[in-house]
Amino acid sequence: MNHEQLVFLLQGAWGTFLLSILTFIFASMTGLLIALLRVSANPIARGVAFTYIQAIQGTPLLVLMGVCFYGPTILGFTSVPALTAAVLALTIQSSAFLGEIWRGCIESVPKNQWEAAECLSLSRTQRMLMVILPQALRIAVPPTVGFMVQIVKNTSIASLVIGFAELSYNAKILNNATFQPFLYFGLAAVLYFIICYPLSRLSLKLERRLNVSRG
Amino acid sequence: MSAVSLQQSSAGGSQYRPVSTSQDRLANTAERPVDGAAVADDIVRLENVHKWFGDNHVLKGIDLRVKPGEIIAIIGQSGSGKSTALRCMDHLEHIDKGSVTVCGHTFGENIPKSDLKMLRQDVGIVFQSYNLFPHLTVERNITLALTSVKKMSRSQAQEIANTVLAQVGLQEKSRMYPEQLSGGQQQRVAIARSLAMGPKLMLFDEVTSALDPQLTGEVLRVIEKLAREGMTMVLVTHEMAFAMKVAHRIVYMYQGKIHEQGGPQMLRDPQTPELKQFLDNGL
Repeated sequence: MNHEQLVFLLQGAWGTFLLSILTFIFASMTGLLIALLRVSANPIARGVAFTYIQAIQGTPLLVLMGVCFYGPTILGFTSVPALTAAVLALTIQSSAFLGEIWRGCIESVPKNQWEAAECLSLSRTQRMLMVILPQALRIAVPPTVGFMVQIVKNTSIASLVIGFAELSYNAKILNNATFQPFLYFGLAAVLYFIICYPLSRLSLKLERRLNVSRG
Repeated sequence: MSAVSLQQSSAGGSQYRPVSTSQDRLANTAERPVDGAAVADDIVRLENVHKWFGDNHVLKGIDLRVKPGEIIAIIGQSGSGKSTALRCMDHLEHIDKGSVTVCGHTFGENIPKSDLKMLRQDVGIVFQSYNLFPHLTVERNITLALTSVKKMSRSQAQEIANTVLAQVGLQEKSRMYPEQLSGGQQQRVAIARSLAMGPKLMLFDEVTSALDPQLTGEVLRVIEKLAREGMTMVLVTHEMAFAMKVAHRIVYMYQGKIHEQGGPQMLRDPQTPELKQFLDNGL
């Protein structure tokens, strides 16, 4: 393995990292919105969120990628950069899953917490922000981090459809040129681990910090 | 009342013995006339209140009046509707028929949002399961509504928190989290949290049912102190001896109706067979 090949692999890792980070950010924002709509007092908002979740969870990521990459062109827009299309597709998919995960977390905060906050005259928004969400956050850490690791690995689908140069894609190209599958896919695996491991560490740390009230 | 008698009363659930209360009744609980004719100044007025949970008719026309300074204990079997009746007073359950007036706010099946907000500020309620916010310190539990609903400054709110914590004897616990406290202490914090809002009426929904006899005693002593200070209170309770001691009037609910009510002596001399049986069976 020469210097250039290593750089190529690391470039792929950077592509994976970038795609993951951007997806985390946008999917978290959209996912929170979906979760809040899902528990909203307004039945229309709940219905919209429910339909979105059902539709997206039933669509393969591969198809979403294709739609996001080729769709705009078909509709007459100029072609979308691969990164944008990939982030969009991953965000749409992940927000549906995160939304549903977080709805579960919000609803698992005991109902009597709502009641207590209500009896103190807190408004619905205040109850959500100051009483429910902080408690839901603690419950949400493990499944959220688990799903984020999933996102990192899902980024590899971006190369399949739209040729975005991420880690798996570059490892495959190197293998095609050198026929050293164990070396390159092995290295790719190590690099994936290096990206995902800090997430798991962060999760542990976060859980410990949020658990201060557990005494 | 001594701690011992409180403990006995809660420990001996199935062997309730009426205790003599003539000499140890609280000073301000001297019999006062309880006539249903007084209107304008009632703190609570339930009129023909009905409530259904699905097909289950849990409240079958409740009429109840509570005057300022009065302390009412509601007793009865599980499922008799006593907790539901209490919760209707704070609109935690909406009623299906009749009308409720609490602290000057009148409502039927529905209540405008602004009225509800005022109602909730006038009424403090304490639950069996404490319902403290586990992610906040004791002090923040108390100041949360003061700063965000009453728009007080942080320091003003802290002052009030200190005052109410002193009232329940837990000043030194303000920096702790609820889970670091015993059940009795948590319940006292819950009482303090309600008191901080400056309520005109306090509702207690079986507040000692989750506590062991010793912790029950410390919570009841706090309520007793409030009684002495003249707070208007409605308590749903299984502590018969306690009800007898602090309440001006005892209301026995049976199958969704008020079956019998009267002064504390009613527990020693029940008029209806149902109440007699209830008292004989303990809980």
